[in-house]
Amino acid sequence: MAKVIPLETRSMTEARPTSRTSVIDISKLSLTFETTDGPVHALKDIDLAIGKGDFVSFIGPSGCGKTTLLRVIADLERQTAGSITVNGTTPEMARLNRAYGYVFQAPALYPWRTIARNVALPLEIMGLPKSEQDTRVRRNMELVNLQGFEKKFPWQLSGGMQQRASIARALAVEPDLLLMDEPFGALDEIVRDHLNEQLLKLWAKTEKTVVFVTHSIPEAVYLSTKIVVMSPRPGRIHDIVESNLPRGPRPLDIRETPEFLKIAHRVREGLRAGHSYDD
Amino acid sequence: MTGQLLRGGTPPLPVIAFLCAFIALFRPLGANIAYGAAEPLFALAMVGLAFGAYAMMRFGDRAAIVAGLVASHFAGAVVIAELPEVGSHPFGAFWSGLVAAWLLAWATVGRIAAVRTRNPTWSRIIGIAIPALFGIWILILWEALVRGLGVPSVLLPAPSAIGAKLVSEVPTLAADFRQTFLKAVLIGWVLGCGSGFLVALLVDRVPFLRRGLLPIGNFVSALPIVGVAPIMVMWFGFDWPSKAAVVVIMTFFPMLVNTVAGLEAAGRMERDLMRTYAADHRQELLKLRLPAAMPFIFNALKINSTLALIGAIVAEFFGTPIVGMGFRISTEVGRMAIDMVWAEIAVAALAGSLFYGAVAFVERVVTFWHPSVRR
Amino acid sequence: MTTEAVAAPAKILPDSGFSAWLRLRFLPVAVIVLAIIVFWYVMVAVLNAPFQRQLFATAGQDYGTTDLIVATMDQERPVLPSPHQVVAEIWKTTVETPVTSKRSLVYHGWVTLSSTLVGFVLGTLLGVGLAVLIVHSRTLDKSLMPWVISSQTIPILAIAPMIIVVLNAVGITGLLPKAFISTYLSFFPVTVGVVTGLRSPEIIHLDLMRTYSATPSQVFWKLRLPAAIPFLFTSMKVAIAASLVGAIVGELPTGAVAGLGARLLAGSYYGQTVQIWSALVAAALMAAVLIMIVEAADRRVRARMGVRA
Repeated sequence: MAKVIPLETRSMTEARPTSRTSVIDISKLSLTFETTDGPVHALKDIDLAIGKGDFVSFIGPSGCGKTTLLRVIADLERQTAGSITVNGTTPEMARLNRAYGYVFQAPALYPWRTIARNVALPLEIMGLPKSEQDTRVRRNMELVNLQGFEKKFPWQLSGGMQQRASIARALAVEPDLLLMDEPFGALDEIVRDHLNEQLLKLWAKTEKTVVFVTHSIPEAVYLSTKIVVMSPRPGRIHDIVESNLPRGPRPLDIRETPEFLKIAHRVREGLRAGHSYDD
Repeated sequence: MTGQLLRGGTPPLPVIAFLCAFIALFRPLGANIAYGAAEPLFALAMVGLAFGAYAMMRFGDRAAIVAGLVASHFAGAVVIAELPEVGSHPFGAFWSGLVAAWLLAWATVGRIAAVRTRNPTWSRIIGIAIPALFGIWILILWEALVRGLGVPSVLLPAPSAIGAKLVSEVPTLAADFRQTFLKAVLIGWVLGCGSGFLVALLVDRVPFLRRGLLPIGNFVSALPIVGVAPIMVMWFGFDWPSKAAVVVIMTFFPMLVNTVAGLEAAGRMERDLMRTYAADHRQELLKLRLPAAMPFIFNALKINSTLALIGAIVAEFFGTPIVGMGFRISTEVGRMAIDMVWAEIAVAALAGSLFYGAVAFVERVVTFWHPSVRR
Repeated sequence: MTTEAVAAPAKILPDSGFSAWLRLRFLPVAVIVLAIIVFWYVMVAVLNAPFQRQLFATAGQDYGTTDLIVATMDQERPVLPSPHQVVAEIWKTTVETPVTSKRSLVYHGWVTLSSTLVGFVLGTLLGVGLAVLIVHSRTLDKSLMPWVISSQTIPILAIAPMIIVVLNAVGITGLLPKAFISTYLSFFPVTVGVVTGLRSPEIIHLDLMRTYSATPSQVFWKLRLPAAIPFLFTSMKVAIAASLVGAIVGELPTGAVAGLGARLLAGSYYGQTVQIWSALVAAALMAAVLIMIVEAADRRVRARMGVRA
């Protein structure tokens, strides 16, 4: 990634991990779907706190409720029991305050809008003045290295570029919280490595809190400061692994170090113990 | 299998064309003409056909296609031009020459269809030329058969007779077009599509209405709605408003059903995205669901452009003032003036195709982003 | 701003099963149908009132609002007949009239139905045959297909009177001319649908057949045809509805002899609104039943082919 201008000239000491105020607090949270075959426990008794500036990954097999948990945080689903606060308020209030940016599994760009107008979409909805929209679009497209593609339509771009545009769109809201639901799941590994590296640099620059859903162990370990290992039926948290890898940008080579492998091993053990490898 | 037998451009077609052209030269052309070669122009055309057939078998694509096109169409024109000369009962050479010209044309079309070109301009020209040639040959065969076999014009008039009517009856045809198309069809189409669209927006807001109206709308779309024409004529009188009313009813339901379906077409993820932005209903409608619904809405507009014309014409069968396309068709049929009927149908077909084409053009501009449109 | 996070109560109703069907499918449709009937009655009162007032006035009769509304429901030739009048007319002309009578709706319905079915069968066969030819011949595909498609934009029904009269002139009368119109209307959707269907197998499936070095006929019977079946049924639903419209319109120019179209025309000549409406309702019922039959056949074939609905 090229040189990047920091978003805000916030002093680096202020947002150090030492100030561990909670951004997300979840306690005794459950979500049950009613179906004709009886209730399905998508989430059961989730307790979790996510601190400011953390990069937290949810990992687990399909059906473990990791995406559902992210959707509860984003107020796209409602829990059936327990409580949750986002920025100290209900998820609904947080959503209405545009407290987070959400990146989906697919780019979900609108094909009738150019890339720049796609990035501007949330800003139009927030009713920002046109000049402010333009500044933010330019700034955030530069942040994901998409300058020069403003006038292109989504279908004229590669999958990796489309997903970068969707990240720029989430960043354009300029939230402190970024929710990402397997954003690189559909991309090939080479593109994925590249975007992982870029994302980490971005995170270090902008000091945002990131909640990241993935089913890839290397991706989770490489990116995160904290890895939440989940297991299915009912969806619950099996283990929370704190990473002792250095915060901030990490070289891709870090994945060959013993520390990295140790964490990856622990995550894999957690998945195994949580019956994630059962048929 | 069928595939082998039907593939145009395989050797048998030009061979048969060559033989037919050859026979045509030496067989009687008509009662007064002992053999085809006696008519210089006809003889030239047949020699040309023989050459074209030879070219089709021996030459490369480009030369063969040019030779085939020139020879077959020249021969076609000559055969038609010979009709007055040979009288009402053409002999074997006439038919043999016609068949030769047609077979060569068919072989040429087959040759053109087999051409693979990367040049977009050429492939577009080919895409238009082939159906155009097909249409031209339908007309040539129609003209030759009707006049050559002496088919009475009350059964099927020759294209030339229909063409003559199209030219000589312009004022009548124009008046009918104004009455039926510009008034009943356009006004009814706009009102029907507009009201269907507005009701769809309302239905979309109320899930209960959507669940109730959608199956009913789907059902009504399949009903023979033109049947309400006599009722509309009773209610709104003989003039165009009753026809416009039929058109409104016919176009309302397809628009309603398609728009409601279109508003549902936006993906879940795209809607969740709007939710994360805390967008209100109006914003979601304008920025996401209406653009996503456009392909569906245009589909309804296109279906309705055809339905509107049918509705207006059929409604006129139930009573009109003495002008209008449906009125003209039914009265001229009664007077056995079938050539005038065909002229009216030609106008209706042209109007229908242009109307549809215009809607389709706007669709391409508006839904440029849709996979079926973008390049 | 509250700092207290509230667990939102989520009451979730199941979306499948019988009660859900009742709540999500049946109830809304039933309510709307009921609303339409109520609206119909209201319109009956509104539209028929002026003439009824006139009737009362000429008879020199005093009347209240109730009398007026009740009287509008049972006029001889109402502007809009009430639903029960239509039902009574249908009952009278189906059950209480012998089937052989010219006044029997069953008789007229049968006339229309028979030409609809003949036209539909001919149209479907023609459409499938043409589609097979088009898929196998590049020349036909390029030359004929554009005409088939653009012919959909032409008001085909306009030529119906001409076909009827011309065929009558050469001595073909009765069912066949109407059936030809139905054929004409129903073969277009079938051709277009089946061509799409025969072309619907994916490249990967065609490549698989190539690896088996299958002959064109094997590819056709084992891959293309099964793939085209769902498309065939979808277009057959359109075709049978079009076929019925063709039969009804085909009955108009011959001067109202027999059939539902003839009932419509006769009704409009003599101002018999009740008769028009009952013919219209009969036509609608017939369309519904025909489409349901095609749908049922579709489901059966799909079930046999192992496609889940």
